[in-house]
Amino acid sequence: MKKRIITGICAVLITALLLVILNGLVVPKYTDNAEGLLTREYYDEAGDHDVIFVGDCEVYESFIPAYLWEKHGISSYVRGNAQQLVWQSYYMLEDTFRYETPKAVVFNVLALKYGEPQSEAYNRMTLDGMKWSQSKIEAIKASMTEDEALIEYMLPMLRFHSRITQLTRDDFKYIFNAKKVSHSGYLMQKGIVPMTSAEEQGRNLRDYTLPQTAMDYLEKMRLLCQENGTELILIKSPTNSWAYWWYEEWDEQVREYSKENGLAYYNFIDDVEEIGIDYNTDTYDAGVHLNVYGAEKMTDYFGKMLKENHGFDEIEHSQAVASAWNARVEEYYKERNE
Amino acid sequence: MLFTSYTFIAFLCVMLAAYFLTPKRAQWITLLVGSYVFYAFAGAWYFVFILFTTVSAYIISRLLHRVKQKEDEYISSVKDTLGKEERKAYRARSKKKRFNILLWGLVLNFGVLAVLKYTAFAVTNANNILALFGKEAISVPSLLLPMGISFYTFQTCGYLIDVYRAKVEPEKNIAKLALFVSFFPQIVQGPISRFGELHEQLVAPHKFDLKNFTFGVQRILWGFFKKLVIADRVLVAMNTMLDAPENYKGAYVLLLVILYSIQIYADFTGGIDITIGIAEAMGIRLAENFDRPFSSKSTKEYWRRWHITMGSWFRDYIFVPISVTRPMLRLNKALTPKCGRLVASKVVAYTARTVTWLATGIWHGAGWNFIVWGLLNCLVIIVSESFEPLYKKFHDKFPRLTSSSAYGVFMSVRTFLLMSVIRSLDCYRNVPLTFSMWASMLTFKGIGDIFSGGALELGLGVSDFLIIFIAIAVVFVVSKISDIREKLYQRPVLSAALCVTLFISIIMFGAYSVGYDASQFIYNQF
Repeated sequence: MKKRIITGICAVLITALLLVILNGLVVPKYTDNAEGLLTREYYDEAGDHDVIFVGDCEVYESFIPAYLWEKHGISSYVRGNAQQLVWQSYYMLEDTFRYETPKAVVFNVLALKYGEPQSEAYNRMTLDGMKWSQSKIEAIKASMTEDEALIEYMLPMLRFHSRITQLTRDDFKYIFNAKKVSHSGYLMQKGIVPMTSAEEQGRNLRDYTLPQTAMDYLEKMRLLCQENGTELILIKSPTNSWAYWWYEEWDEQVREYSKENGLAYYNFIDDVEEIGIDYNTDTYDAGVHLNVYGAEKMTDYFGKMLKENHGFDEIEHSQAVASAWNARVEEYYKERNE
Repeated sequence: MLFTSYTFIAFLCVMLAAYFLTPKRAQWITLLVGSYVFYAFAGAWYFVFILFTTVSAYIISRLLHRVKQKEDEYISSVKDTLGKEERKAYRARSKKKRFNILLWGLVLNFGVLAVLKYTAFAVTNANNILALFGKEAISVPSLLLPMGISFYTFQTCGYLIDVYRAKVEPEKNIAKLALFVSFFPQIVQGPISRFGELHEQLVAPHKFDLKNFTFGVQRILWGFFKKLVIADRVLVAMNTMLDAPENYKGAYVLLLVILYSIQIYADFTGGIDITIGIAEAMGIRLAENFDRPFSSKSTKEYWRRWHITMGSWFRDYIFVPISVTRPMLRLNKALTPKCGRLVASKVVAYTARTVTWLATGIWHGAGWNFIVWGLLNCLVIIVSESFEPLYKKFHDKFPRLTSSSAYGVFMSVRTFLLMSVIRSLDCYRNVPLTFSMWASMLTFKGIGDIFSGGALELGLGVSDFLIIFIAIAVVFVVSKISDIREKLYQRPVLSAALCVTLFISIIMFGAYSVGYDASQFIYNQF
């Protein structure tokens, strides 16, 4: 009997070990699509940021923390992901407040158009990298599409096991550690593809009311920032591709909300010329997202606004913080100029 | 709650823990509560039907018992005073009374099943007839079929017949009878248990037994392996072909027929393995439902090895009673002088068999495909039986050939193909389409296509086919080793290593999660 029990315990331990290894092997490494690695990188730099950007692709392609530091001495981090939904931004913010209390949170409002879970793939890219906490569980529960299950987030191999027949060298190389892909949450894109469909606008909608769920989470985000003494700033990044069109009617609703709650709201779509963005040279995908050259202009412009309108003109940082940021700036330019 | 869902796995863990932590006297109550919780997941409305079956079966069985008791008491009290003939007459009257009570029980329970399962089918067919006469169609009702109703109705009716035949004592406690009706592992797809074999085990206390538990867990894992690694993976290719049958004719039909046999075998036996394994872990032995059916050398043998509990139910409660009904006996009597005893008895047996197979087909589903499937099986068995003397002559003439293992393999392959082809009626679910597909299959067109990449356009890649092939080989090898679990139990390290491998294989090679159509077990639908 004793032998059987010992054998059983050993079997359980070996199974657990094998599962850990196999889990490491089959989870996507996102080597071809770095967007899936953004969330997890935050924890390496968590703490002591002046500004946290949250939102979808428009934040991690429009704001460069290293550049903001270099030009304006403001430390920041971008917690953005592809199609990051409002509730995901909210829970990510809740998660952020566990590590730090920034002076301002900047939220890009494009995601307000979504009131329901959208895509499993984007959910996984946004949420898998979050550290486990109640916020993560709530974020998963709020985001899951019909076929998803919470346990598959807890044990990702249950979702990705079928990759076992498609493993590549990268799956072994990054089995337990992921490749670093961002600069404080900014994902660098150096390509230049001019905007080709500037005249095209978004299709007409039947109803222009922003979904209530999205607005509720925006309100929760506002209250969370208020509780923590952090200013919430709403922005709409300057790109306005017909595929992700920002309608006047939506803008009106956000403007009204910000006015009612005393929040700053900047819609940069009409400020393109003032910012200096040229859609022939400053986007990498025909006008949908800014490339690094456009993002630098946007970051600089926004840095000035932060200083002029939000009291970021007199912030001081310790020597240690400054030298860490200087190293990041160096890294940033290294990749930019490669 | 599907057996392959995470919810069920969590439920099962809680259930097993609760069962062994409950004081032994009350274990059956835990089992009943668990069974009802399991059933509640299917839908609260379904409770009405299972409660109806339980309550009606309880009342009918108690009435049957009371009449029988009265009869026995009366006979023993008048044993010395009443003549043999009078006693016999009294018994006959009492039997008739009991038969009428039983009839009520059967009509009520089968009636519910018939209304829920066959109304839409009947109305659709009635509409077809009405259309011939230019009459307006009746609207087809859409009735929900409660989970496991075919299984628990048959199991309960079997119990009533056994009480009527005085083969078992009726249960006095309605809650204990409710457990027999609703025992959660077997309610969705059987096996169809007999009261005499199962009931005592369900209500008896069971202490935790490591061997039972280990065997149970092994069996559960084995079931998951068959279901997730083989059945649900094969299903992907099958669905591709079934979604557009017009594009998959000729040799593709043969491929589909074979794949469906593999799929239904892995699916159904996998589900039964899980069922038996769960019960075994708790110390309860359920009847086996399969005995390597694909090694059968004849259709008759196949049906002794496939879905054994259903086959024996139909044999004991339909075939045998029909064979000895008055009309059958009269038919036998009338035919014997004209055609001889042998032919007369064959006519009776074939008639009873046809009715039994018709019932079997109808039990499987409300559709002409199931009826034709049942009748075709019957035809094949009758023809095989009729040709038996001819086969015997052939066997006698070529004893070396017919006793060779190659001939055995030939007979098994032949039976497998025949059964697979007939089974495809269930697959296409449309009789004319199935017949046209059979005709197309005989042309073998496109066989080259299949081997030159066509098979890889069915939704499965090379690795999928490789996984299926290896998994089938594993199932085949395991089926060839007799008493494998006992042998492994003597070697705990090897046993543990195989269990770990099995578990990891299910996790890594199972066809589940997003991207796979989470299919329910095929027999859940019946």
